[in-house]
Amino acid sequence: MTPGASTPHTRRVDKMAMQERPLSPHLQVYKLPITALTSIMHRATGVALSAGTVLLVYWLLAAAAGPAAFATAQAVIGSVFGLLLLFGWSWALFYHLLNGARHLVWDAGFAFEIKQAELGSQIVVFGSVALTILAWIIGYAMM
Amino acid sequence: MTTQTPGLRTKLGRARGLGSAKEGAHHWWMQRVTALALIPLGLWFIATIVALAGADYTEATTVLSHPLVAVLMVLTIIATFYHAQLGMQVVYEDYIGTHWLRLTVDLATKFACFGLAVAAIFAVLKIAFGG
Repeated sequence: MTPGASTPHTRRVDKMAMQERPLSPHLQVYKLPITALTSIMHRATGVALSAGTVLLVYWLLAAAAGPAAFATAQAVIGSVFGLLLLFGWSWALFYHLLNGARHLVWDAGFAFEIKQAELGSQIVVFGSVALTILAWIIGYAMM
Repeated sequence: MTTQTPGLRTKLGRARGLGSAKEGAHHWWMQRVTALALIPLGLWFIATIVALAGADYTEATTVLSHPLVAVLMVLTIIATFYHAQLGMQVVYEDYIGTHWLRLTVDLATKFACFGLAVAAIFAVLKIAFGG
């Protein structure tokens, strides 16, 4: 048989190709459901927190090194850039903590219904923002 | 009637449940164990850092040298870095297809995590034992 010859099979394939069929959703044009968004955010905050541990270790080492090194570390963390980093990091920590607890609830076999999953997502998003703001208000009040 | 093992796995292999990686659910389980530990430790850690906001050297080292604070801080450091290297390994396994690259990045992360953990523990102990 010559290539491109019309057979019952290729005719059927051509007809299928010309039909208006639904396209599979692509990440760039597909609005993520809140459950998908909170899932990928768990991973993103985990990676960010892993990187952020360097700052914690630096701070501890500076405190162990003496007053001069500690003053430098406090100045670095207390700078605008340092505070922005710390603010983002504190939110990531609250988020990963709350969503991690949600994962443990799932591991125990609970809250798999779509309604429960969506409610959990909302609690984690709003809860992490609220706890972050609360922690910073208390932190500034104690200074 | 014949009793056959489905697939090629022996009955002993199935009973052990360790799979082809020879460690079964150990990675998964340890991630949960460290996660569970990090819920109270994480909350305590945040409270401690918030309480230390704006503290000078003397205040900070006085708090950190308290036995309970030092012990909890060391526990937090161990659980954090153990959890971090387990989590980063999964991220690499999902996104890095090239085997040698995945292995290299994962090993570098593990060495970095254990190095940072030991450095942090050393710092806490140095402060706790009086500089």
